Amino acid sequence: MEQALMALGVILAGVGGCVLYFWASNLVLDKVIYPARGPQAGRNINRANAVRPWLFLFPAVAFLTIYLAYPVFATLWLSLLGKDGGFVGVSNYTNMLAEPKFAESLKNNMLWLVVVPAAATGFGLLAAQLTDRIRWGNLAKSLIFMPMAISFVGASVIWKLIYDTRAADLPQIGLLNALWMQFNGGPGSFLLLRLLPGLFLLAVLAAVVAGGVALVRPLRAGQGGSGWARAGRMLGGVIALALALVLLGFLYGVFAANLPYGQPQVWLQKPFWNNFFLMAVLIWIQTGFAMVILSAALRGVPEETIEAAILDGANPFQIFFKIKVPQIIGTIVVVWTTITIVVLKVFDIVLAMTNGQWETQVLANYMYDKLFRAFDTGMGSAAAMVIMVLVTPILIWNVWNARREMR
Amino acid sequence: MDNIAGKKPALLWAVQLSVAALVLMWVIPTFGLLVSSFRTGDQIASSGWWRALSTQESQQPAIRISGTEVQKDGLYVIDGNLFGSGKASLSKWGTSSREPEAYAPGDTADLGDGQTLTVQADGAFALSSPASMADGRLPRVFTTASTPPEFTVQNYRTVLFSPMAGQSVGQAFLNTLTVSIPATIIPILVAAFAAYALAWMEFPGRALLIAAIVGLLVVPLQLALIPLLQFHNAIGIGKGYLGIWLAHTGFGLPMAIYLLRNYMVGLPRDIIENAKVDGATDFQIFVKIILPLSFPALASFAIFQFLWTWNDLLVALVFLGTGNDQQVLTGNLVNLMGSRGGDWEILSASAFVSILVPLIVFFSMQRFLVRGLLAGSVK
Repeated sequence: MEQALMALGVILAGVGGCVLYFWASNLVLDKVIYPARGPQAGRNINRANAVRPWLFLFPAVAFLTIYLAYPVFATLWLSLLGKDGGFVGVSNYTNMLAEPKFAESLKNNMLWLVVVPAAATGFGLLAAQLTDRIRWGNLAKSLIFMPMAISFVGASVIWKLIYDTRAADLPQIGLLNALWMQFNGGPGSFLLLRLLPGLFLLAVLAAVVAGGVALVRPLRAGQGGSGWARAGRMLGGVIALALALVLLGFLYGVFAANLPYGQPQVWLQKPFWNNFFLMAVLIWIQTGFAMVILSAALRGVPEETIEAAILDGANPFQIFFKIKVPQIIGTIVVVWTTITIVVLKVFDIVLAMTNGQWETQVLANYMYDKLFRAFDTGMGSAAAMVIMVLVTPILIWNVWNARREMR
Repeated sequence: MDNIAGKKPALLWAVQLSVAALVLMWVIPTFGLLVSSFRTGDQIASSGWWRALSTQESQQPAIRISGTEVQKDGLYVIDGNLFGSGKASLSKWGTSSREPEAYAPGDTADLGDGQTLTVQADGAFALSSPASMADGRLPRVFTTASTPPEFTVQNYRTVLFSPMAGQSVGQAFLNTLTVSIPATIIPILVAAFAAYALAWMEFPGRALLIAAIVGLLVVPLQLALIPLLQFHNAIGIGKGYLGIWLAHTGFGLPMAIYLLRNYMVGLPRDIIENAKVDGATDFQIFVKIILPLSFPALASFAIFQFLWTWNDLLVALVFLGTGNDQQVLTGNLVNLMGSRGGDWEILSASAFVSILVPLIVFFSMQRFLVRGLLAGSVK
């Protein structure tokens, strides 16, 4: 009760304070400092109008400076200090680089960065395209969008029940293990656990290779834009090649792996794979976001282009991939980068489900560990700076785009 | 696209089925936890939630026979019901832990020394012995009972009203409410004034300021934790509600300003210029024209900020402190996952208490949420 009154009081004080500030400061400006009267009325009005924007902006700018801009520099400074507060240069960074747990976090983060945005955007695009064509599409969208409202911690509880494990002689209460126990190594298992995933990987592999070739091909003809663009294409090609090799390894693994049929699995404790089980939670949450944005973009695709394609005899797949997707590629990039930022900050899911054990550590949780469990401000700040550095390219890209748009 | 799909029924069916599969995949996880939260702990542990509607067979813990003996036909007899009420029906029973399923209902077991025990399907038993059993220990009965599907709200009663190890979900609920409502309302006004200035006032440095806000949109709040905690300690706020309200306000502002500015720029210029010609001050224009017209954008942001502050864990852990009386729902849930990880009846009910409010907000105001998302994603 006391707490509720306090909250109510704060709301009233905050809102009232804001209104009072804006009203009073405008009044003071107009009546006291630069009154629109007397011999200098004209000059005063101009001056008041020059000052007024800053009256409107002051509280927001103050908040932004103290709560977001200043901390970036303060963290940079803290990351150069040792445990006793003395200046230690970059030794926090070198210590961190030497820690296996940091290498693990960085590696896992890279994995998250590749898988989660790709999967969430892919599923979102699929859902957006499919639901646009059916009568109960809005209901379907609503349901796929729903996890957006659920906290990461709540989602972790939801998924932990799915991954739950019991001894082999007890009934499984986790959905995944209950399904797993149905497989026995027969033809059904081969079809569902090897052939289908194999085909899926093959499709992804084909897409990666096609993308890489499309990026690199102009280089051979001596085209491909300016020097920077050429370097970007080269980099993209190399990344695509690396991805393709990894996928090829997976493809081999799918058919060669010896699967432990009939034994319930402790999914969250299987190194490497448990990362994917954690990622599933974030993909589940973010797909709705991607779907909503992409669905709006798909509706914005001009009808004439599609009609022209139909007249030319294009099939639905060609229409989708060759007409629609190229027209919404800008939005896809926006969705992708937005999810990338979420991924870089992911913390709650890992904390709640594994707390970074069994090789699932990520940067944000590593940083939290350092700051609030080991109480090592220097190392923690250094880890935060690594996150900042990873975000910076997106930051610059966003600012650049926004400025171009404002002009 | 619709017209092609319409021409090919097979394709339309494939689309319907794929969407149904997608929706199922997205709904089932939540649904599973929801069903579990209405089952008893025993039921959750003995069968998957997808079998909640079927009758279940499971071994029950041993029950020691008790009752007063009556002399009947020269024998000492104890009559009674194993389950107290006749709700469950057992399918097999036994008298030793090695053979818990030795007898069918209605069978008579010979316990030695002339003692016999008969157990019926509804749990009624009759124990008879030639000698008095008053001073000996009575036998135990192991049963395999089939219990009909049963749902209960007891889990919710437990988590809401009885504190567990000093942590009460009810208290956490209040704490979360205390954090999120002011943290939703306060940034709106601050942001609205700034957004108006950025949208409709001419001043040097405006473009730079907008660019800075777009940049701040993506700054990870991880960077802000330690410097701000030190700052709060230095100015005497320390850890507490005031600190977390300020922090949420600061972290929410870039999004708020960006969203509101984008909306306000789109408002018709004529209205504002007419008002200026009529002698309205900027303050009046803002309060009487811009604010009412921007209601949809304000609502969008309010929903965002509310969901974000309600669902947040990190900011609450750092700025609110971790004491039991200061825990928010998410923090409480993480603790429960650690300390009572296997007690799904507690976990599932607590989780649903924490996600219920966001779900209500989500379903009732989805329109605004979607609009906000579309306006807020950096183009």
